[in-house]
Amino acid sequence: MSKHEITVTVNGERKTRSVESRLLLVHFIREDLSLTGTHIGCDTTSCGACTVSLDGEPVKSCTVFAVQADGATVDTIEGMAVGGKLHPLQEGFWEKHGLQCGFCTPGMLISARALLAKNPSPSEDEIRHGISGNLCRCTGYNKIVEAIQYAADKLRGDAKGA
Amino acid sequence: MIPAPFDYHAPTTLDEALALLGKLGDTAKILAGGQSLIPAMRFRLAAPEALIDLGRIPELAHLEERGDDLVIGALAREHALEISPLVAKSYPMLLDAAKVIADPLVRNKATVGGNLAHADPANDHPAVMLAYGAKVVVRGPSGSRTIAIDDLFTGLFETSLAPGEILTEIRIPKPKPHSGGAYLKIERKVGDYAVAAVAVQLELAGETIAHVRIGLTNVSPIPARAKAAEAALTGQPASDAVLEAAGKAAANECNPSADLRGQVDYKRDLVRILVKRAVRVAITRAQGGRP
Repeated sequence: MSKHEITVTVNGERKTRSVESRLLLVHFIREDLSLTGTHIGCDTTSCGACTVSLDGEPVKSCTVFAVQADGATVDTIEGMAVGGKLHPLQEGFWEKHGLQCGFCTPGMLISARALLAKNPSPSEDEIRHGISGNLCRCTGYNKIVEAIQYAADKLRGDAKGA
Repeated sequence: MIPAPFDYHAPTTLDEALALLGKLGDTAKILAGGQSLIPAMRFRLAAPEALIDLGRIPELAHLEERGDDLVIGALAREHALEISPLVAKSYPMLLDAAKVIADPLVRNKATVGGNLAHADPANDHPAVMLAYGAKVVVRGPSGSRTIAIDDLFTGLFETSLAPGEILTEIRIPKPKPHSGGAYLKIERKVGDYAVAAVAVQLELAGETIAHVRIGLTNVSPIPARAKAAEAALTGQPASDAVLEAAGKAAANECNPSADLRGQVDYKRDLVRILVKRAVRVAITRAQGGRP
């Protein structure tokens, strides 16, 4: 068994910790950094509740070792609202009732943000495809799709206004 | 679920990785995208004493045409295939597969090389590469060698890679003019393995199927071609009767097992249908159409 000192930039802050090689990124985030907005759902690489952004790409943090993220940038749900102001996606989930129990929501938001970064005007089909790695057992997805459409409209409006 | 303890190594060159593998031997596993290996370790189905992570060897992440081949580095992610204009233009069967492997989150990490080296008959790339007639390049202590895809899979989760060898790239021969391919997969839901899937790559001479290779997913213990179906199609026009004969031949020669995805008869019939559909799509593409 080996221990490694790793440095990961999490939500803009450099964090250095000594970790066991077998520590999963999700446990590093939740237990070593106490950022519990990233959830553990299925534990089997299926549900996407643990989705975080790793160097800009959404991944399942239960299926990455923390040592693999040494030197990388990780963004979690805690970094999404800036200065106490909800991100347009968070606002969309609020306005369009994109959550019920809320367990999948952090992962959904991280996936949706990556989708909109690449495709600012996604069709309904592209949204459904984009979040297909994130399971929701409450909403039936329709309200989540509407929430992401709301955010896409708002982000495009902001971009035009800027 | 926590994996068993292991030593982690992160070499920055392929030579360093080979030296580590030579030293650690069978106790070590190669980690690429980790999307099969890490779940296996979490279930304790795998408990290697050491991992050699290829993730910090950028020279392995290429995806480009070289000569008459598409060359896919061992670290190229599935997502890279999905967004590649080159793949979209000339390798539509590969794009078909890239879109239906696991889910978008997994595809951001998962690699094509890992999908092959894992040699899981439920994985999608083995059938696709069998249909393309691809080759894999491996590096070992005494240099590189090339393995034809037909010689790669030797058993369930077993390949013909020798101890100390690392799969470094995959080479797909560029399809000739009047060629087309398709990968059709039936899955219960996004992220699941195929109930069954069929990869077809063919070349037309006028109205006749001049050459064809067919790979099957998750209907045999070892990733395999449907050679009887290929024989039923080769040199024939794509009539309904010929397609039906090929579909039946594939259904007969595959060897599925019953599981929660379906019974044997159901899976065989799915293969029959998918072979017919995939051949039709491949022909449409070979004729320049976009189904």
